[in-house]
Amino acid sequence: MSSTEFSAEVPDPSEPSAFSPADTPGGRAEGRSAPPADPVLVRAQAGDHQAFAELYGRHKRRIYSLCLRMVGNSAEAEDLTQEAFLQLHRKIGSFRGESAFSTWLHRLTINVVLMQLRRKGLQLISLDEAMDPGGPDDGPGRSFGAADPSLAGAIDRMTLEIAVASLPPGYRLIFVLHDVEGYEHNEIASLLECSIGNSKSQLHKARLRLRQILRRTASEEAQP
Amino acid sequence: MSATPTPELLTCEEFQSQLPELIGSGAELATHPHLMNCALCRALLADLETIAEAARQLLAPVEPPDQLWRQIEQAIQEAGKGAGE
Repeated sequence: MSSTEFSAEVPDPSEPSAFSPADTPGGRAEGRSAPPADPVLVRAQAGDHQAFAELYGRHKRRIYSLCLRMVGNSAEAEDLTQEAFLQLHRKIGSFRGESAFSTWLHRLTINVVLMQLRRKGLQLISLDEAMDPGGPDDGPGRSFGAADPSLAGAIDRMTLEIAVASLPPGYRLIFVLHDVEGYEHNEIASLLECSIGNSKSQLHKARLRLRQILRRTASEEAQP
Repeated sequence: MSATPTPELLTCEEFQSQLPELIGSGAELATHPHLMNCALCRALLADLETIAEAARQLLAPVEPPDQLWRQIEQAIQEAGKGAGE
């Protein structure tokens, strides 16, 4: 995939080149073989409102969860889910089945979220300063000190949800795209218009920050 | 131009500065010379791997509020009216 397939203005998800099956994140989505046309999808494309409602029912959890994890708060996630389904309603007729529908909708949603974050002024390129102006106290050379108990076995889902939600927006975005959604660094670099090295670096810093938060949480819980 | 230190001579700071690239490249780190001799960096790497592994738990979907569909329906209707005017 070349970087030109993702324009700075957020690509139109109806462009087949931007939604090839190769865009499927890290092996957690559908394969390459095109399934037979889904009758519900076909009806929704023809303007059947009931069919569109059924598509909403099928995909609402996945889309809402994606939005929630990318932005970290439920009110904004609801707005973004609504916007994603409105865009879907406008563009569903242009879906031509080059990739799985769920992959296409997933990508459309990520673009909706990125547009919103850009509108709010999040700089997705000058990552270090813009995403975390205070600077993390977890950079290279600051992670060593007295040995602490391992985090293995100490992270439950709720604790991690809270920790991820408390990350600076840029760190959260890359962590969610890579570690939760399974996107590769080259895909993230294309989506966020940054270098692959930057994506790796930001992911590393996000994990370091999470480690710090999770250790603090574990030590607070251990206190009587 | 300064010479790059050999892996076994890396300080923790130097090793950690290389970690994003090492992890991102998918390199096998268990046998890295620095890690063989540094318990702190081994613990750091183990924690980072634990976090990445735990992240998959977050794939579990969350139910959106019930009223969201009504809001979407309403927005679709309004958009339809707007387009028709």
